[in-house]
Amino acid sequence: MGWLRRLDRRWIFLSMLLAVAIPQLTQARVPEKPTPLVMAVFDKIESLPDGSLVLISFDYGPSAQGELAPMATALMRHCCLKRHKLVLMTLWPDGKPLVERAINQVLVDEFADFGFKYGVDYVNLGYKPGKEVVIKTIANSFRTEFPTDDGDRKLDDLPLTADLTSLADMDLLVSISAGFPGLKEWVQYASSPLKIPLAVGATAVQAPQAYPYIPGQLLGILAAIKGAAEYEVALGEVYPKYSEPKMQDGVRRMAPQLWAHLLIIGLIVLGNIAAFSERFERPRP
Amino acid sequence: MNREKRIWGILFVLAGCFLLYRAMLTRDGMGKVYLKPAAAAVADAPPSYVRARPDDPQAALSLPRTLGIWFAAFLTLSIFSFLYKDNPFYRFAEAVMVGVSAAYLMVAGFWDGIVPKLLGRLAPAQMSWASPSLENQSPDWWGLVPLVMSAMLLARLLPRGGWIARWPLAFIVGTYAGIRLISFLDADFVSQIRNTIVPLVVMNQAGQLDLWGSVRNVLMIVGVLSSLAYFYFSLDHKGAYGVVARVGVWYLMITFGASFAFTVMGRIALFASRLEFLFDDWLWLIDPLGKRSDLL
Repeated sequence: MGWLRRLDRRWIFLSMLLAVAIPQLTQARVPEKPTPLVMAVFDKIESLPDGSLVLISFDYGPSAQGELAPMATALMRHCCLKRHKLVLMTLWPDGKPLVERAINQVLVDEFADFGFKYGVDYVNLGYKPGKEVVIKTIANSFRTEFPTDDGDRKLDDLPLTADLTSLADMDLLVSISAGFPGLKEWVQYASSPLKIPLAVGATAVQAPQAYPYIPGQLLGILAAIKGAAEYEVALGEVYPKYSEPKMQDGVRRMAPQLWAHLLIIGLIVLGNIAAFSERFERPRP
Repeated sequence: MNREKRIWGILFVLAGCFLLYRAMLTRDGMGKVYLKPAAAAVADAPPSYVRARPDDPQAALSLPRTLGIWFAAFLTLSIFSFLYKDNPFYRFAEAVMVGVSAAYLMVAGFWDGIVPKLLGRLAPAQMSWASPSLENQSPDWWGLVPLVMSAMLLARLLPRGGWIARWPLAFIVGTYAGIRLISFLDADFVSQIRNTIVPLVVMNQAGQLDLWGSVRNVLMIVGVLSSLAYFYFSLDHKGAYGVVARVGVWYLMITFGASFAFTVMGRIALFASRLEFLFDDWLWLIDPLGKRSDLL
C-alpha cells in the first residue's frame, strides 16, 4: 500500500473533476423525493390564500449563488403561481444585483403572461446597511428603514406597500441565507418575538445551525442544493410544467453530488486502509 | 525546457486549438451572449435586458456581456489552476477578486449608507439630485449625533487624544450588547428550552402510539442531556456519569460528522456550478436550460 501513502494529491483533484464533470456533460439525473422539512415550506406557501404578502430576503452574495439561486428561483416561481405579493430585499450589499436578476428572470421574463406589475404585485426594497438592526427596526416600522424602494420611489406611493407598517403585516417571511446576517438573525429578531412564520433556505455550511429552531421557530428548511432539488420536485408534482428538466436547476446538480460523494467515501475508505496497513507493516518493538 | 513545462505547453496549445475550433470553425461558435429588452416593469425605470436565444428576432449580440463571459471563464480557470500549484494566473485572479470586492463594498456603503442615512438627513435639499424623494424634506439634525460619533472614532488615528474614540466605542458596544442579549435570551435560550419540552410517548390523532415520533423525541432529549453532561466539568466523568458524558461525546461526533458532510455538499455544489458555467455559458458543450438546443 506504499503507493497509496505516496499518492500525489493532484490525482485526487483530477478524479474529483471527472466525478463532477462527467455527470454534467452526460446530463445525468438522479431521482429526488421531497423530505418533510421541505414539504413544510412548500405546503405553507401552497396553503396561503392567493395574493398573500410574502417577504423574501436574499441574504447571500455571488459566492453562494451556485447553491442558493436554484432555491430562490423555485420559491419565487411558487409564489408567482399562487399570485402571492412579493416584497424583496437583501441584507448583503452584494445581494442587490442578485435580487434584480431574480426579478428579471422570474417575474419579468418567465411570468410575463401573468402581467405582474411593479408596486402592485411586487416591490424591490433593495439593500440596507445595518445587518440585524435592519430586521429589528422593520419589525416595528418599515418606513424608518425603507422610506423608499430600491428605485427611490416612496413606499406610500406604491399600492402594495402603502398600508405596510411592519413585519407583522407579512403572511410569511423567507430568508435565503448564506451566513451573517441571515437566518439566525431573522429567527432572533422577527420570527421569535413577532411569532411570524419563517421559512429558510440555507447553504450547506449554515444549515446545521437552523435545525434546532425547527419546528418551534422555523417552519422548515431548504438545506443546500439538495433542499432546492427537493423543492423543485415538489413544485413539479403539483405544477407539471415545472417538472421539465430545464426548470430544475437543483435536480440537475444532484447527479454530480452523488458521484462526488461516492468518490469521497471511497477515498475515506482507502485512506483508512492505508493507515491501518501502515500500522501492521511497521515493525513491532 | 523540462518535462513538466513541455507537457503543459502541449496542453495549452491543444486547449487553444480546441477553443479556436469551437469559436471560429463551428457554425454557432461559443461563449456569446444574446440579449433582448425586458418588458418594462416600471414606467420610469432604466431599460433592462434578459438573456435571449440567438434565433429570437429581438435578440442582439451583447459585446460587453460576451467579453464578461470570456473574462469570467479565464478567472475561473485561473483560480482552479491553484490546485496544481501556485502560479501568476491564480495570483492575478485573486488580486482582481479582492480589489473588485473592496471597491464594490465601498461604493455600496457610500450610496446605500452614508448618502441616505447621513447626508440625506442633514442636507436633504442638497442631496435631492441623488435621491429625488428627499425633495421638500426638512433637515433632521439628529443626524449630527452619528456624524460627531464617527468623527470621534477617527480620533483613534491621532497621535494624541486617542481616548476620545473610547466614548463612541463604549456606546456601540453597550447598544449592541443590549440588542443581542435580549434576542439571544428569547430565541436561543428560553425558546430552545421550550422546544425541548416534548412528550416522550407520542400519540397520533387516532390515539395510537406514534413509534417514530416517540423515538425521535427520546433521542433528542437523551442527546441534549448527555451533551450538556459532557460540558459539566465540576463532576468527574467517571462511573454512571462518565457513561452519560460518553454518550454526549457520541452525539457531538455525529453532529460534527453531519456538519462536515454538509460542508462537502456545499463545496461540491459550488464547484459544479462553476463547471456548469464553463460547459454551458462559455464552451456551449451542454444546454440544460434549452437556450440554444436546436442550434447545436
